[in-house]
Amino acid sequence: MLLSRTLLKRHTVLPGFDLALGLSILYLSLIVLVPLSAAFLKTFTLTWPQFVEAVSTPRVLASYRLTFGASFLAALLNVVFGLIVAWVLVRYRFPGKRLVDALVDLPFALPTAVAGIALTAIWAQNGSLGQYLPFKVSYTPLGVWVALVFIGLPFVVRTVQPVLEDLSRELEEAAATLGASRWQTVRLVVLPILMPALLTGFALAFARALGEYGSVIFIAGNMPMISEITPLLIITKLEQYDYAGATAIAVVMLVASFAMLLTINLLQAWARRRQGGVA
Amino acid sequence: MFPTRRSLLAALTLALALPAHAQSTLLNVSYDVSREFYKDFNTAFAADWKQRTGQSLTLNQSHGGSSKQARSVVDGLEADVITMNQHNDIDLLAQRGGLVPADWAKRLPHNSSPTTSVSVILVRKGNPKNIREWTDLGRAGLQVIIPNPKTSGNGRYTYLAAWGAAVKNGVSHDAAKALVTRIFANVPVLDGGGRGATTTFAQRNLGDALVTFESEAPLIVKEFGDHFEVVYPRRTILAENPVSVVDKVVDRKGTRKPAEAYLQYLYSPAGQELAVKHNLRPRDPKVLARHAKRFPAVETFPVDEVFGSWSQAQKEHFNDGALYDQIIASSKR
Repeated sequence: MLLSRTLLKRHTVLPGFDLALGLSILYLSLIVLVPLSAAFLKTFTLTWPQFVEAVSTPRVLASYRLTFGASFLAALLNVVFGLIVAWVLVRYRFPGKRLVDALVDLPFALPTAVAGIALTAIWAQNGSLGQYLPFKVSYTPLGVWVALVFIGLPFVVRTVQPVLEDLSRELEEAAATLGASRWQTVRLVVLPILMPALLTGFALAFARALGEYGSVIFIAGNMPMISEITPLLIITKLEQYDYAGATAIAVVMLVASFAMLLTINLLQAWARRRQGGVA
Repeated sequence: MFPTRRSLLAALTLALALPAHAQSTLLNVSYDVSREFYKDFNTAFAADWKQRTGQSLTLNQSHGGSSKQARSVVDGLEADVITMNQHNDIDLLAQRGGLVPADWAKRLPHNSSPTTSVSVILVRKGNPKNIREWTDLGRAGLQVIIPNPKTSGNGRYTYLAAWGAAVKNGVSHDAAKALVTRIFANVPVLDGGGRGATTTFAQRNLGDALVTFESEAPLIVKEFGDHFEVVYPRRTILAENPVSVVDKVVDRKGTRKPAEAYLQYLYSPAGQELAVKHNLRPRDPKVLARHAKRFPAVETFPVDEVFGSWSQAQKEHFNDGALYDQIIASSKR
């Protein structure tokens, strides 16, 4: 989107455009495009029926449902609570605020295996939280969702926070003087401005969750057709030295995620246009 | 601060002279849980090599999931020797890129496997569920912890142990399949690897039995306390730990001699004793006799004897859509 728009603009007043663009494209090619195209090339060693066979067995289909479904729901929850956390961090002053702020980044820094093992221990039926629940969390799809919520939280908070900081209080005060109720202010003034950032946060958390392996693998239980995530099936293909089969599933995931991220980007552009370029 | 011309020259001469000695590093690419054993072994071998030849050797080791390690070597990780716990992980090196000859396993004694272990059943102290045999694991109402055979060598050995013991006991193919089906219907969690399964069983307190290697059992007791008992079924599988030099690499680097000596040393009494220290069964009968108490006599069968070969077992049982997948699909709860 952005790229095509800038490319169309022939002359720019800012110096260094050609150089910067060239470097960006080189960098992106080396880091992103070349490895990804290698994955695509590997799948071309399969014939079309083989490809379809590899990516559409009932077990693989069940794993798509789990991976995409749990990732989507996890990102959704993070949008709600990430917004609240960001709001609290920006708008209020309270003791230990720095500490809470730093806590948010913890899921970024923690090795995912550690997170997975800790979450499994807590939510297992003899765990510190799991024992109070009448249903199982660890070793079920619910556990997968819990792990994905954990790793996705910082994305929403960190994308919404700076926008909230820039949001001047005067806007809300103006809304109040014009007779808006608190709920109307949030719904008609604050949320539309935050919408692009929320969508970005959602997209990042969602994308991260799709590829997550390390933490999920410990809590999922990995039962076929029930709690197997797609990355696990890719690993099992590799265990059989079936490179092509593994990349075939990876390609399906890539295309699906790319399509979704693109949709979210378009939504974002639409949201930005609708509020007339305030942010 | 700045190097003078003379020191530069000296450095250059040194660099040119180095290759004669610089190659005295060996890389051993191995599976995950052999880390501690090879750390000890490397120290011992380096001392022995220094004493015999006067050369100092730097020994590096790389550990990880075994098939991931094998893939890394195929993809260009410069391993001088490869030490695995499943034959097909070294067969891969022969099949892809011809890094070793196809008959690599015939080059060293005992199927090129200097050490072994066996699959055993770990139960809670006092054996409250009275588990004695593989068939007991298939009893209704029991929970058995086994790592995922799709991702773990330990899991594959467990599956083959139960199946093979049934066949050895004179049971038909269908009955063996039915037994393994019942066992896997009792598995509540399929952990990714052996150590993950251990955590589930020992720390999470899930399950009545854990199937793992004999070599892991003392570590579990050490880590989690004396709450467990090891049960030896009458017949179990012999997990061989095959080794090989990686011919293409050692010939290019000129390290064949130390690499071969390294593997030979695994068979030496000193090497075998070190293996015992890390709970691996030695091949040397004298060393084994000395530690007979730690390694109870049990009737074992190697994979080849019941399943033809590892590659065949992999194809017939563990590949996508093969017997294991059918079993797990039919035991869907």
